[in-house]
Amino acid sequence: MRPVRVVEGRAVPLGRNDVDTDQIIPSEWLKRVERTGFGRGLFSEWRDDPDFVLNRPEYAGATILIGAERFGTGSSREHAVWALLDYGFAAVVASSFGDIFANNAAKQGLVIVRLEPAALAELVALVTADPARHVTVDVERLVVEVPDAGWHHAFALEPMTRERLLQGWDDIGLSLRHEAEITAFESRHGGETPVARLAAR
Amino acid sequence: MGGRTLYDKLFDEHVVATPPGEPTLLYIDLHLVHEVTSPQAFDGLRLNGRRVRRPDRTLATADHNVPTDPPAVPVADPVSRRQLEVLEENCAEFGVTLFPRGDANQGIVHVIGPELGVSQPGMTIVCGDSHTSTHGALGALAFGIGTSEVEHVLATQTLPQQRARTMAVTLEGRLAPGVSAKDLVLAIIERLGTGGGAGHVIEYRGEAIRALSMEGRMTVCNMSIEAGARAGLIAVDETTIEYLRGRPGVPEGPPFDEAAARWRTYVSDDDAAFDAEVVIDAAALSPRVTWGTNPAQVVALDGVVPSPEDAGSDEERDAVERALAYMGLTPGTPLREVGVDVVFIGSCTNSRLEDLRAAAAVVAGRSVAAGVRALVVPGSHRVKAAAEAEGLDRVFAAAGFEWREPGCSMCLGMNPDQLKPGQRCASTSNRNFEGRQGRGGRTHLVSPAVAAATAIAGRFAAPAEVAP
Ligand code: SF4
Repeated sequence: MRPVRVVEGRAVPLGRNDVDTDQIIPSEWLKRVERTGFGRGLFSEWRDDPDFVLNRPEYAGATILIGAERFGTGSSREHAVWALLDYGFAAVVASSFGDIFANNAAKQGLVIVRLEPAALAELVALVTADPARHVTVDVERLVVEVPDAGWHHAFALEPMTRERLLQGWDDIGLSLRHEAEITAFESRHGGETPVARLAAR
Repeated sequence: MGGRTLYDKLFDEHVVATPPGEPTLLYIDLHLVHEVTSPQAFDGLRLNGRRVRRPDRTLATADHNVPTDPPAVPVADPVSRRQLEVLEENCAEFGVTLFPRGDANQGIVHVIGPELGVSQPGMTIVCGDSHTSTHGALGALAFGIGTSEVEHVLATQTLPQQRARTMAVTLEGRLAPGVSAKDLVLAIIERLGTGGGAGHVIEYRGEAIRALSMEGRMTVCNMSIEAGARAGLIAVDETTIEYLRGRPGVPEGPPFDEAAARWRTYVSDDDAAFDAEVVIDAAALSPRVTWGTNPAQVVALDGVVPSPEDAGSDEERDAVERALAYMGLTPGTPLREVGVDVVFIGSCTNSRLEDLRAAAAVVAGRSVAAGVRALVVPGSHRVKAAAEAEGLDRVFAAAGFEWREPGCSMCLGMNPDQLKPGQRCASTSNRNFEGRQGRGGRTHLVSPAVAAATAIAGRFAAPAEVAP
């Protein structure tokens, strides 16, 4: 994973609650065995509508997506995160997130920013008034800023999630530091497993 | 120290390491794998020269993409076919047991785990699928993970996990006749909302839960994620033990009794405290139907399509309006006057033998309404074989239902079983999201009995309305 310190760019407000991962990337896209190329599938059913916010030229090239309540609920598909990243988003700001989606995002370096609804509404108003505005998500300082409006708001990240983003750490490598403990656990927690029993029949 | 919840016991027993300032490293007893969320994970292993640490704790099946035609019919979609082949190649290369399309043990991953007896009380179980919560019905800590985590578990048999908060949802009283586990869980989601369980593991308890069969308990735990909770749990009791007895993954004789004695400890202590508690009067519930595009948009079958005017906030009103427009519904319309084009009985929520029996009892001797396509997709080959041994396939076929091969099928429309734009479906699955069953399709979630009655009536109906 590449380290992420600061995300900056235009921010596009989606303006919907309960955006589930089936909407972010419909299931027809889940048949692919690759990890890349999912950007074309991002919100594909909504993108058919020429007025859909991602189709508006003033938000072209946005790097920050602004959701609302419960962004990324539903299916565990990590493809949703891959699609957002592949499309060019590097951070999602919303007032709440689906648990699995937020986990997947952390693993892939997509920054998840939780803002309380009032602060979120201020941010949406700013980027709606002037879509060209630059927004900054600073992972190091844990703050979202709209510099030209003098607006800023702090956000929280689990210390470990923040550290992983800043360092670009690979989770598997981190866990394998505990190889000896895993092996010790397995020797206490032994015996024939149900899968082995099944396979032996 | 106060008593511990079932969740605490399961979590504590699987702690491998507690590095300071980091999440706990939790051991994973069983990792279930399917074709959709695993290819990129196996790729990751190859790229890093890693192996599957415990093939004997890993089990794979093909379910999401498989066509529900007989196995001899080739997979027509080349992209689906490739994904199924890649699963076979990966399992062969990494030594993972796989039940491919057509295998006697193949089926939806959350149906086969319990029915084969590989999902057991006291385990930690993960799968790259959010409905892994199903296995919590057995008193196991079971939750869905993303593909990066799939790779992590394949490589290390562990996952870094924060301890979740606990929520007790107590279902008081007994369900009335004609009210099923599906109605119960829809009512729970209606109460909690789509985010009410976020950050929590829910333990379902109370008289209505104790009275449910294992199949019914799985239906309830299955939809925990629809209330935002990653996992649902039900304490072990004799129903659990008797369900497991004799299943292939379970020992026999004295080792079974030893295992059962240990399994009986997987209950919350009487004095355990939960972070949140919700009590629902289960005895007062009636059959439920979803009307909108998220699973908390639920009304009684006896009710009417809600109005945006009744919404509590502007945002909620917009959401209701958007959902009504997508669903093509007019506020105030009685659900019983809403006609359907398709009826789907299947999915990891409601495709077990008990579900098929409930539906067959309603359709026996009746016919599917003209113009309605009705299909039954058993959850696994074992379910299918057991149902056929009872003659359920003939009951469904005589009524005009299609009787198909096992898989996820129209639950998510990755295979050819899809709704066409604008088609309305009464479905026993778990998600009514826009386009879930096919682009432009309109999904209403219901119980197997209501789905069956709806197929006969051609509009939403309770079994009593179509009784001969
Ligand atoms: S049946 Fe539906 S919800 Fe269940 S695992 Fe398959 S696609 Fe997912």
